[in-house]
Amino acid sequence: MRLRMWVVVVLLFGSVLPAYADRRSDAKDQVEFGISVAQRGLWKEAAYRWEKATELDPTYGAAWNNLGIGYEQLGRFDEARKAYEKAMEVEPNNTYIRNNYDLFREIYDRQNRRRDR
Amino acid sequence: MTARTAAAIVSFAAGLGLAGCSSFYEIAVETPIQAKIDVSAFQRVLVAGFLTGGARAIDANTETARLLRSQLRSKQDMRVVDTDVLSLVDEVDRAKGQPPAAAGPDAEPRIKTEKDLEAYEQIFNNAEYWKKIGAEYQNPLIVTGSVMFTEVSKSGVVSRPQSVPNEQGLEEYRSVRTYTDMKGYALAPKFVFIDGRTGAQLYSETYHEEALYPSTQNTPALSSYFELMDKVLPSFLNTLSSQKIRGSRVLLK
Repeated sequence: MRLRMWVVVVLLFGSVLPAYADRRSDAKDQVEFGISVAQRGLWKEAAYRWEKATELDPTYGAAWNNLGIGYEQLGRFDEARKAYEKAMEVEPNNTYIRNNYDLFREIYDRQNRRRDR
Repeated sequence: MTARTAAAIVSFAAGLGLAGCSSFYEIAVETPIQAKIDVSAFQRVLVAGFLTGGARAIDANTETARLLRSQLRSKQDMRVVDTDVLSLVDEVDRAKGQPPAAAGPDAEPRIKTEKDLEAYEQIFNNAEYWKKIGAEYQNPLIVTGSVMFTEVSKSGVVSRPQSVPNEQGLEEYRSVRTYTDMKGYALAPKFVFIDGRTGAQLYSETYHEEALYPSTQNTPALSSYFELMDKVLPSFLNTLSSQKIRGSRVLLK
């Protein structure tokens, strides 16, 4: 009984894994392309690529982190905050993401204090 | 067997997760910050003058008006009105029927403390007064406010590098904590933005900055004033025009 259960688990995992790997690989392509265009200052295109990456693989922390940066550069601060927070939810121990978020929050909070006045 | 398999699955899954963050790229960014107020209705900006008090070492009213005008000229699109700086302290005194304060570097300032300042700040709510000024200069955006520039002295433990010869006789630097007397200046400007068409306040923001130096160092008040205003200016300019904050972020792969 126990053995049969493990066979089912392994089969399920085995069937899901290739699909997951494909999605992650496609998402990675989008992330890499996004990085190359961001390095040329094309933030709109970069954000579009990272949006695609997060749609392909919502568990891809790097894609959410980059999307947060992209939105920040486009002045879309509320969306940037959500993207960064999603990145931290997916990868809570990633210090790069945490540092990016902290730097963003400094600006975001300042901007919001102004709106409140 | 079961535990080993589970451990393998977990480590594989963890590996998949970590693999995604193996590469990173630091990238320079310029985050756009929107202007705090909409000034599209104004073609001109008038830096009228300031209520000033505290140290007598500088003429904070003239210096502040001059500095803000030159910054506004180079960093935003409105035309800066060039006119004499108003002495708002005298304006308030006149309205109260008091004689104006004596002029000159040795003259005692009317405003010495924050409490003295409060009694004068009512002028910012006098819409009729500002509307009259606005009409005189073709309805500009009016920049006014208060500037308290005061001497401060503090004592405390500070870290400073000290050269110490090591075992080979070479000098090396160590951080040494010493009790030191510090003196310097505090700057507390409040910028008030007024609609010259109606005399109504649009926005105001208050800052507080301090610069302290060892008591043995003789720092002129004017250079300390500029050092402190330098810290406040980006935010002041951002009230009227969009700015970009330079920094860096880390892109991940």
